[in-house]
Amino acid sequence: MAHIALATGFILILIGLYGALTNRNILRMIVSFTVADTGVNLVIVAVGYLRGRTAPILDATLPAAEAAARIIDPVPQALVLTAIVIGVGITALMLAYAYKLHETKGSLDIADYRELKW
Amino acid sequence: MSTIMLPMALLLAAAMIGAALVAIRGDSVPIAMLAAGLVSLLASVLFLLLAAPDVAMTEAAIGSGLTTFLFFFVLGRVRGDSKHD
Amino acid sequence: MIKRFTVLLLLAGVGTLFAGLLLGYSPDGELNATARYYADHTAPDIGAANIVTAIIVTYRGLDTLGEVTVLFLTAAIVGLVLARGRRRTRTEQRELPPSGELLTTGSRLLVPLILLLGVYVFVNGHLTPGGGFQGGAILASAILLMLLTDPLRRFSHRLISALESTSGLVFVGIGLLGVFFAGGFLDNRILPIGNLGSLFSAGVIPVIYSFIGLKVGAEFSSMLVSLSETEDS
Repeated sequence: MAHIALATGFILILIGLYGALTNRNILRMIVSFTVADTGVNLVIVAVGYLRGRTAPILDATLPAAEAAARIIDPVPQALVLTAIVIGVGITALMLAYAYKLHETKGSLDIADYRELKW
Repeated sequence: MSTIMLPMALLLAAAMIGAALVAIRGDSVPIAMLAAGLVSLLASVLFLLLAAPDVAMTEAAIGSGLTTFLFFFVLGRVRGDSKHD
Repeated sequence: MIKRFTVLLLLAGVGTLFAGLLLGYSPDGELNATARYYADHTAPDIGAANIVTAIIVTYRGLDTLGEVTVLFLTAAIVGLVLARGRRRTRTEQRELPPSGELLTTGSRLLVPLILLLGVYVFVNGHLTPGGGFQGGAILASAILLMLLTDPLRRFSHRLISALESTSGLVFVGIGLLGVFFAGGFLDNRILPIGNLGSLFSAGVIPVIYSFIGLKVGAEFSSMLVSLSETEDS
């Protein structure tokens, strides 16, 4: 399980990176970034997974005394929860700037923006 | 339990990679955005298999729902403008 | 051509690194020291059934404060960048097709239910999966449904920002109360811990998470509203 998720996460990061580097449309670059973002989250959660254990939520079937022996690592989950929320914030910012760029030049092709090229 | 989970995880992984390829190389931008949303949605199912229900819920609500809508809002604006100008 | 080659070279390098990591990865059999501490101490010290919530709201509460601050900044910057956009007059607007009967009636039925689900998710954040961030996103999706039904509907920015800043202030205020009445900033034990698994348990965690939920919902709604208003304002 953990290995499948890890491998998928790594492949998603690579696909996202490739897309961000080769696409010319700014919106497509942002889409590629979100794909890579999902991959990173998948990798972090997969690292916290332990075989045959259950989610870190205590209830009648999982009393507090047995928690340490039966739950998976809760820390990566807390980290990824933060990362997802921040990720959507970053995406919203990128989209707002993309819209602004389109408004100034009427184009979303990255080749039309040469001011900072050297 | 785990006998079902393993093929399911493999299937999800294959579907995610396929959707990700569509997301970066698809024909049209709206399809690419939907495919990116699909990657997030499948990832949330995979999170559930990895015993992380909190993360699964966040990814489904925020990563796949809100993000896709943000993309489409901007796409609608950009398209509408191009038609106008 | 050279550019494509460089990209592939870079990807091959990163891929090799990843492959090394993947092949060398062996899952732990036991929890590490930090996770073990959280697993052992959450129930007696914090009283929250959901350990992830306990970590987010109490053990790492300061990080969450920073996180909602980042979200607030994002919403503010999105509003700032888009507010300076070209303002069209009403006559210049595109003719929008009317939203269908199904969407209009459906949203009238669904919006209160979605709001209720969002509140349920963040009030029960310490017992079940979910919490402030998920609940806030669900609240924002109710706003989104209203926007889809009537794209010209105006939401009061003043109300959204008042809700946002009030919940932020209450969050920090409860955290400061923890300094005076309990062990430190954002300590949850200023209210009794209660029974593990009941709604009124885990000290102030449900209160804090509810305000985080309202704040996050207001921030996401403000992002959506400013993105959708760019053209129609």
